[in-house]
Amino acid sequence: MATHPGGLTVDTVAEVDTRPVVRVRELTRRFGGRTVLDGLDLEIRENEFVALLGRSGSGKSTLLRALAGLDPDVAGEGEIDVPANSSVIFQDARLLPWQRVLANVVLGSTGAAAFRRGAERLAEVGLAGRERAWPNQLSGGEQQRVALARALVSEPRLLLADEPFGALDALTRIRMHGLLRELCQRHRPAVLLVTHDVDEAIALADRVLVLDEGRITVDTAITLPTPREHRHPRFLAYRERLLAALGVDQPPTAAGVGPASASLGVGPASASLGVGPASASPDGRIATEEVSR
Amino acid sequence: MTTQVDPITTRLTPAAARTPDREPPKPGVRRPDARRRRRLGPGRPIPFGAAVGPLLLLAVWSLGSLTGLLDERTLSAPWTVLTTTGDLIASGRLQESLLISTQRAGLGLAFGVLIGTVLALVAGLSRWGEAIIDGPVQIKRAIPALALLPLLILWLGIDERMKVVTIVLGVFVPVYIHTHNGLRSIDSRYVELAESLRLSPAQFVRRVVLPGALPGFLLGLRFAVVSAWLALVVVEQINSTSGIGYMMELARQYGQTDIIIVGLVLYGILGLLSDGAVRLVQRRALSWRRTLAD
Ligand SMILES: Nc1ncnc2c1ncn2[C@@H]1O[C@H](COP(=O)(O)OP(=O)(O)O)[C@@H](O)[C@H]1O
Ligand SMILES: [Mg+2]
Repeated sequence: MATHPGGLTVDTVAEVDTRPVVRVRELTRRFGGRTVLDGLDLEIRENEFVALLGRSGSGKSTLLRALAGLDPDVAGEGEIDVPANSSVIFQDARLLPWQRVLANVVLGSTGAAAFRRGAERLAEVGLAGRERAWPNQLSGGEQQRVALARALVSEPRLLLADEPFGALDALTRIRMHGLLRELCQRHRPAVLLVTHDVDEAIALADRVLVLDEGRITVDTAITLPTPREHRHPRFLAYRERLLAALGVDQPPTAAGVGPASASLGVGPASASLGVGPASASPDGRIATEEVSR
Repeated sequence: MTTQVDPITTRLTPAAARTPDREPPKPGVRRPDARRRRRLGPGRPIPFGAAVGPLLLLAVWSLGSLTGLLDERTLSAPWTVLTTTGDLIASGRLQESLLISTQRAGLGLAFGVLIGTVLALVAGLSRWGEAIIDGPVQIKRAIPALALLPLLILWLGIDERMKVVTIVLGVFVPVYIHTHNGLRSIDSRYVELAESLRLSPAQFVRRVVLPGALPGFLLGLRFAVVSAWLALVVVEQINSTSGIGYMMELARQYGQTDIIIVGLVLYGILGLLSDGAVRLVQRRALSWRRTLAD
């Protein structure tokens, strides 16, 4: 898929030689009579960082739990193909309070080398020297870093994270963003990050999906220079598009790019780009695929 | 960009300029109008406060015995109790009784704790186990262990077996109840974590279930120890020919209140020591819980 029907150029580099790590076909999940996932299709390629956005209750966690195999009792059908070696990060760090930090990190691993690898991962998340601490001696952000170390200790091919930073304060969250990106670049898992934070999705992901009415309704590749500047005009364009897809009303573009963006110091220059929900970015590098339903 | 930086600097400047003007409060200087706040708590702890009550009791007891207000047949004087203790030790009766009583309680406790724990694990880890085990145990719980004595004597006679079984029946229930409760209150999020990490059933039990149920188990153990001594006291006074209870029962027949007091003190010491031991284990095993309070 080199060109989009709309004439947009799709960034093809990541697609050429990588097979999908995750392949989901016609996934349906129901609670009672309510269909939460409705024939959903999804593919994630090797090393790809995908963020999944969606309104609260749209079924993001349901999808993630289905991929993690944590929903044996939920009604539904569909094909799910995920690597056996995948890890989950939950919104809470979910550390066993009666195990010391290092023991928590190596909880799922066996063998003599496990502790050495666990200590390495701990050092990578900046917690060298805290191996013998109890989880409740750590701050919320530190606990989530331990969870990150635990998820990466098995060198997973797929990392599933359900709002992993949702419970953290804003400053800690920003630091965690940097850490997650760095670790994912080093260990190269494919990532599915569930989040309700549009900025977080754009800042971290190669591709952003929007889940709505049980299906993926938006599938957008994010091409931004690193480090990703929140004030970058294309960042704002992505945000506006995604917010619109999530049904968040925004004032017309001529007046600025919304109150939140205005406070970031976006001058008239960026506003005049006039990126509307249906229009493409001026330089044509935003490749958005509106999946037909 | 300068237009954005400016408002921040101007906002910061007045605050920064004000800071040196503000005098830091001088430590140790009392404001003259400072009102004394009435304290609602009980106040500072008294050194060796726990010993005050018992020492007072001992003093009253000694006074009563000295003045003759306390008849020797009602309650022996403290010094009589002391010399009797010396005699009992010299004759070896005390050690013998103590040993046999501790053996009974220990055996009953060991079997009771084992049975209670195994039953709790089976009931906690499988629905079928729960369906089969929980009901009968709850029924047993409603019947005081000692109420089964007549039946146990009929079935087992009055020998050591009956004594140990009675203690076991008193012990296993609190262990089961609290361990089972601890198991069931393990956060289901940890179960989900174990599934996501693909822990084996054995790993799951070792890393999640047992440590998760440990606080409940230890609480049950404390109740169990109390039950064990209680059952011991009763079974030792029924047709027994040895043990602390027998020693006291014999003393009752001869009106030897000093020996009865020695028995009571022994029971008290045993109860205190065993509860202290369990609490020590509790402190050690649950050290992960205290870390925030420390
Ligand atoms: N175990 C469950 N039982 C019943 N309904 C559920 C269960 N889990 C989720 N749901 C329902 O499915 C919908 C999607 O939930 P969820 O996937 O948690 O949404 P999200 O993570 O996007 O906020 C919600 O309406 C929720 O009430
Ligand atoms: Mg959710």
